[in-house]
Amino acid sequence: MAISRRKFLGWMGAAGIGSTVAKSAGAASTGHFTGYPGSMGVLHDITRCVGCRSCEAACNQVNNLAAPTKPFSDLTVLEQKRATTNEAYTVVNRYESSEPKAAIPVFRKIQCNHCLEPACASVCFVRAFKKTEKGPVLYDPSVCVGCRYCMMACPFEIPTYEYNEPLTPRVLKCTLCAPRLEQGLLPGCVEACPKEALTFGKRTDLIQIARERIRNHPGRYLNHIYGENEMGGTSWLYLSSVPFGSVGLREDLGIKPAPELTAGALSIVPMVVGLWPVLLTGVFAMNKRKEKIAAQEQAQAVAAAVAEAQRKAQTQLTQALDKAKKEKDKALEQAEKAKEQAVKKALEAAATATETKPQTKGEGEEV
Amino acid sequence: MSTENTAPNSSKLTPFNLIAGLIVIVGLFITVLRFTKGLGAVSNLSNHSPWGIWIGFDLLVGVALAAGGYVTSAAVYVFGMKRYHSAVRPAVLTGFLGYLFVVIALHYDVGRPWRLPYPFIVGWGTTSLLFEVGLCVALYLTVLFLEFTPAPLEWLGLTKTRNLAVKLTMVLTIFGVVLSTLHQSSLGALFLIAPSKLHPLWYSPYLPVFFFVSSIIAGLSMVIFEGSLSHKAFHHKMDATHLQESDGLVLGFGKAAALVLAGYFTIKIVGITAGNHWHLLTSPYGYWFLVELLGFVALPCLLYAMGAREKNLKLIRFTAAWTVAGIVLNRLNVSVIAFNYHLPVAERYFPHWMEIGISVFMVTLLILVYRFIVTRMPILYGHPDYQANH
Repeated sequence: MAISRRKFLGWMGAAGIGSTVAKSAGAASTGHFTGYPGSMGVLHDITRCVGCRSCEAACNQVNNLAAPTKPFSDLTVLEQKRATTNEAYTVVNRYESSEPKAAIPVFRKIQCNHCLEPACASVCFVRAFKKTEKGPVLYDPSVCVGCRYCMMACPFEIPTYEYNEPLTPRVLKCTLCAPRLEQGLLPGCVEACPKEALTFGKRTDLIQIARERIRNHPGRYLNHIYGENEMGGTSWLYLSSVPFGSVGLREDLGIKPAPELTAGALSIVPMVVGLWPVLLTGVFAMNKRKEKIAAQEQAQAVAAAVAEAQRKAQTQLTQALDKAKKEKDKALEQAEKAKEQAVKKALEAAATATETKPQTKGEGEEV
Repeated sequence: MSTENTAPNSSKLTPFNLIAGLIVIVGLFITVLRFTKGLGAVSNLSNHSPWGIWIGFDLLVGVALAAGGYVTSAAVYVFGMKRYHSAVRPAVLTGFLGYLFVVIALHYDVGRPWRLPYPFIVGWGTTSLLFEVGLCVALYLTVLFLEFTPAPLEWLGLTKTRNLAVKLTMVLTIFGVVLSTLHQSSLGALFLIAPSKLHPLWYSPYLPVFFFVSSIIAGLSMVIFEGSLSHKAFHHKMDATHLQESDGLVLGFGKAAALVLAGYFTIKIVGITAGNHWHLLTSPYGYWFLVELLGFVALPCLLYAMGAREKNLKLIRFTAAWTVAGIVLNRLNVSVIAFNYHLPVAERYFPHWMEIGISVFMVTLLILVYRFIVTRMPILYGHPDYQANH
């Protein structure tokens, strides 16, 4: 196949179908992923472990790690609860059991559990972690940015960091001895265990072996295989005589694979990308339209007011003109009348004058 | 205009400058140490606590408090509250500088900072919430830069380019809100992967919603808070419009913050109820949770409402500062204080003084750059040549 499944899923994710990818970070199927067929794992029978630290020594040797300050034969280190470090991919801790029937201390080996659907792989934004089909969860330092989200995410608190490397720090953890598996060798710790507390094999076979041991020794084991379902299942499996919580294995992790925890949040992303612009553009358009309508209404109101004012002014003007005309007419009329009267008077006066003149003349003539 | 107004700062030996200078020297010293001796030499980070205050404060608080940019530009350009227009430029500038320094601070925290673009070049780890955060922050930083460009372009007198940048406002605003919704919420969603490590009172499937809603509160409060600081420091830089609009802005944003806080309080209660964690409230972590919920959510909600009702600007400004402190508290609770609650005290994380030093260094640099820009560019005043376009 030209396109790898991972690449395809990456494209799907990039296209915004994050939710489906998250759910199937480790598997293409939509159902419960129970591991790649034939993938390998290790069964750690806590009841067989004597805390000899041979596994620690072997791990140190096969991974070429720095020699510890105290030799591996020094068992006093067991007095402290230890965690994996960048110089010890596996450690054994001693737990004093509070159970009265198990008065002896129990020992538990700690290392990467190689989850079927690892939290570290699902949270890595450069995909530096990979669950291989053979079982190991592997880390690629050539792409790692060093954000340490894998360490935040790991429910078993396994990955460690080279805090004293200024420029090239790596995240370090157990590789399930993937390079040795390639050569057909056992993981270093499994090979070194003198008590057969560690069994390497196909995970499906290991579950059968564990079930058989529980069935054959019901008094010796709790009826639970830790790692069969925890966090969706891990490649390392544990059998114990005491509650797993008392040997530092958390019992509250649930059976959901880690990627499911973030699947919901990732599934919202394309919805926001798709719908937010629609909503925001809608709100913007509504506001713009509201503003436009308000502006239009304002313009209309102004226009109406202006028209009304003009109309009023016009009427007033007409009225004033009318009035003026009337007054003018009246004045003219009056003037006309006055004129007529004056003329009349003048005529009358003239008439009277002409009548009296001859009289006077006559009188004069008469005289 | 710009050249004359630098005059009041001509006496360089102010107490502020002296302290800032000292911080910068210490910051540079720690920087050298970080990149020569490694994270271990300058931090208390461990395999159990791989994220400290450089993530909890510099990233989570930084991004939340830089939310003023998208909140204000959305209010003004999308929701049409044009009366707050003079608040956009300072808010966008703070947003841009906030994100810029978030990214700069990340260079200290991640192991190989030059690989920060790797997620988009070689990785494509799309199942990671951090991928989403990274992509959105990178894009949003670009958006904020473009939203900010009109100011320097006016300063430089590049009218044509400036007008082009102004034309993009609407598209950038909507893009900015989409990106902010995504990465503000995703910062909360980062912690969804670790239900076994984060105390159940803070862990909730609603974490992304909590982070998004509280980012709106942070944005509103930050605009008020930073506005009141600016008024003290850069009053002479503000034009009549800015001064005239600022009281209305304080009132309006205060009212909005009261409302959003009420909603936030409600969904926090829904969170406790959905997880059925009521019984945990009587534990020490429960008391601490109540301090946050009652003291820094319910109380400011009430104070904002009172301030808005009584038009008490002083009360609103005080509440804004209080709320900002509440956001800091919440982000630190989720990332540091209530994280790894299951570990014995001896294995818990407490920041090294040099981690605090770098965080203070970042904040100081941000303030210095902010000061450099507002004393030169038209941020708190409209540029006289471009008044018509405002």
